[in-house]
Amino acid sequence: MNKNQSTKWNLDPAPESAGHVQLKTQYELFINGKWEKPNSGKYFDSINPANEEKLASVAHADETDVDKAVKAARHAYENVWSKLSGKERGKYLFRIARLIQEKAREFAVIETLDGGKSIRESRDIDVPLAANHFFYYAGWADKLEYAFPNRPVKSLGVAGQIIPWNFPLLMAAWKIAPALAAGNTVVLKPSETTSLTALKLAELIEESGLPAGVVNIVTGYGDTGSAIVNHPDINKIAFTGSTNVGKMIQKAIAGTDKKLTLELGGKSANIIFEDAPIDQAVEGIVNGIFFNQGHVCCAGSRLFVQEGVAETVIQKLKDRMDTLYVGDPMDKNTDIGAINSKKQLETISKYIQIGIQDGNEIYQSNCALPDKGYFCKPTLFIDVAQSSQLVQEEIFGPVLTIQTFRTVDEVIQKANNTPFGLAAGVWTDKGSKIFNLTSKLRAGVVWANTYNKFDPTSPFGGYKESGFGREGGLHGLEAYLG
Amino acid sequence: MTRLSVLKTYKIYIGGQFPRTESGRYYSPLDAAGKPLANVCLSSRKDLRNAVVAARKAFGGWSERAAFNRGQILYRIAEMLEGRRSQFVEELMLQGAIEKAANQEVDLSIDRLVYYSGWTDKYQQIFSAVNPVASSHFNFSVLEPMGVVGVVAPQNSSLIGLVSTIIPIVAGGNTVVVLASEKLPLCAVTFAEVLQTSDVPGGIINILTGTEKELIEQFGSHMDINAVLYAGDTAENYKTLQVLAADSVKRIVKFKLNPSDETAENPYLIQDFQEVKTTWHPIENIGGSSSNY
Repeated sequence: MNKNQSTKWNLDPAPESAGHVQLKTQYELFINGKWEKPNSGKYFDSINPANEEKLASVAHADETDVDKAVKAARHAYENVWSKLSGKERGKYLFRIARLIQEKAREFAVIETLDGGKSIRESRDIDVPLAANHFFYYAGWADKLEYAFPNRPVKSLGVAGQIIPWNFPLLMAAWKIAPALAAGNTVVLKPSETTSLTALKLAELIEESGLPAGVVNIVTGYGDTGSAIVNHPDINKIAFTGSTNVGKMIQKAIAGTDKKLTLELGGKSANIIFEDAPIDQAVEGIVNGIFFNQGHVCCAGSRLFVQEGVAETVIQKLKDRMDTLYVGDPMDKNTDIGAINSKKQLETISKYIQIGIQDGNEIYQSNCALPDKGYFCKPTLFIDVAQSSQLVQEEIFGPVLTIQTFRTVDEVIQKANNTPFGLAAGVWTDKGSKIFNLTSKLRAGVVWANTYNKFDPTSPFGGYKESGFGREGGLHGLEAYLG
Repeated sequence: MTRLSVLKTYKIYIGGQFPRTESGRYYSPLDAAGKPLANVCLSSRKDLRNAVVAARKAFGGWSERAAFNRGQILYRIAEMLEGRRSQFVEELMLQGAIEKAANQEVDLSIDRLVYYSGWTDKYQQIFSAVNPVASSHFNFSVLEPMGVVGVVAPQNSSLIGLVSTIIPIVAGGNTVVVLASEKLPLCAVTFAEVLQTSDVPGGIINILTGTEKELIEQFGSHMDINAVLYAGDTAENYKTLQVLAADSVKRIVKFKLNPSDETAENPYLIQDFQEVKTTWHPIENIGGSSSNY
């Protein structure tokens, strides 16, 4: 139940029903259009992080399984997919987009059960964006010659794709849709904590009549991912996840002809100037850091406030945080759901401890947390030093650091002083200032007077250690064409 | 006792409604054997003016729709057309096509709708530009639809000619008043029924039947039509159109492609009915000069 102690009123529970959702108790690997048992015979549990109950057993793929999947993808590439016209490839993708729209509610509920994000977000953001992404790239399949003029259209072959647990279905869509539109076939591995919507997507792909082997889904842990990365018959690796793993992948494929795109971590600056619309900016700060429990690679996790408005902004931010509902992700009123896994909750708690030990001023919102499941209070650290671990390292949770600044020059210096470069936010009513900042910030996405906006037509990706390559838009095709 | 079949009344399509021509007149196109096919509305200049009013009224809403949404709606037309394919095949055969050719024409029309539905949120990425001006400005050019576009559809095709000429224009956010093929008008009217059961708001596509000779002057001289695509084959009519168009500096484009051919699939048909808008915005160039990370 949603309890909010700072206001006198509490909302009645408004839980989404999970009754219509079809989940199996055990999921096999989706290889060559069939459901195959894992070579090792091993399965792992996918649990609901909001109540720690098991949802299903999921197959753990090893090297042999991955090899089978790559062979299936190669066979489908050589014999079917690369021979199909762009028009026909596009029509399959349109079908997949339509099927996701038809089954939107089922996908939203499973996404929330399996990953812990609030039903409001999976229903209004993850699932519609995933469908739209397929719809967008479906349209590209027969128009590729227009994307990069004077460059012959050539697909790469088999793409190995490894995706994270923060937007499981959406990341699968970001990976599969452009790969297929460009004429490649795919072996995709979802994260071990959130395999279920990828497996439901496999069922949906079966239903769409997509030729066998064009999309293969292998579930498992890091060892499964590593088998994909090191498989000699893969032409392209696309990875979204932590910077550490990204660096390992880049090393692992050195000396091969594999093409690589990496979408890694971030520590994005959200900058509030004195002339910003303050109330909107406060909403933007909240959305920037607390969206999806802060499990967002482009989260606005470093807040920079100009001195003149710092006191007002911080007070308003605290007041706003106290109105956030933290709790049952299936409740339609919930703003902040469950932390994705026990391991991630431990990581976040470790950083909060470091912040406290360093003597930083902390503020946590005044809300009750459920007894079971993995939950974390929205947390602020105020006046944190630029050199602090909290400012330098990605926390991937609902933890915001606040720094103040005086001049434009100072804030550009501080915002860019990080190994990352994924995104940034700028809040000011002055357009000329926005374009100054968008030119000088070393980040792949800059949001002006908004934050965390995504669209299939808009390229997304980072500078520096946030990775390379872009997903989305025309630029997203580049990664899948030779 | 055998059942007497119910015959269809072929009406015109204006503002999402199916009125008869205000003139009350009709004409009877003939089939290959010289037999009348149906009594079709012989639209008047007043019908054309009414259609322009409907198209103008619909323009604001349609052009402001998200490009993605326009794509979804065009795709929905394709879905509806697929579902009613047998009716189109039948009408194409009534108008002289053999069965195989009729089926091919319907397939091609469905695929062409899907093709252009894909362009709605992409042509902007192909044709727009950020312009590197020398001063400290952020300068960019985007395409915007022209407004109400008149179309004279190809004479020798009933369905694919109509689809290939109007859909790129509508994909780009314009609204359309189209005069269907005089000889082969049946599919145009049935296509209007497809539009009406899709998610296309009324007034976006308005379909008239009648003669090019009677309406061509009005297409050229009407002050509230922004552009005309001429796909007819009468040189004299085309010249009349060009001459009259000058009074409102109307854009006139001639459709030179074969609609049954893949060349009729290209984004330049969308671009033909777009204006280019350039925006200048200052960049306050201070600070950060030593931020070389």
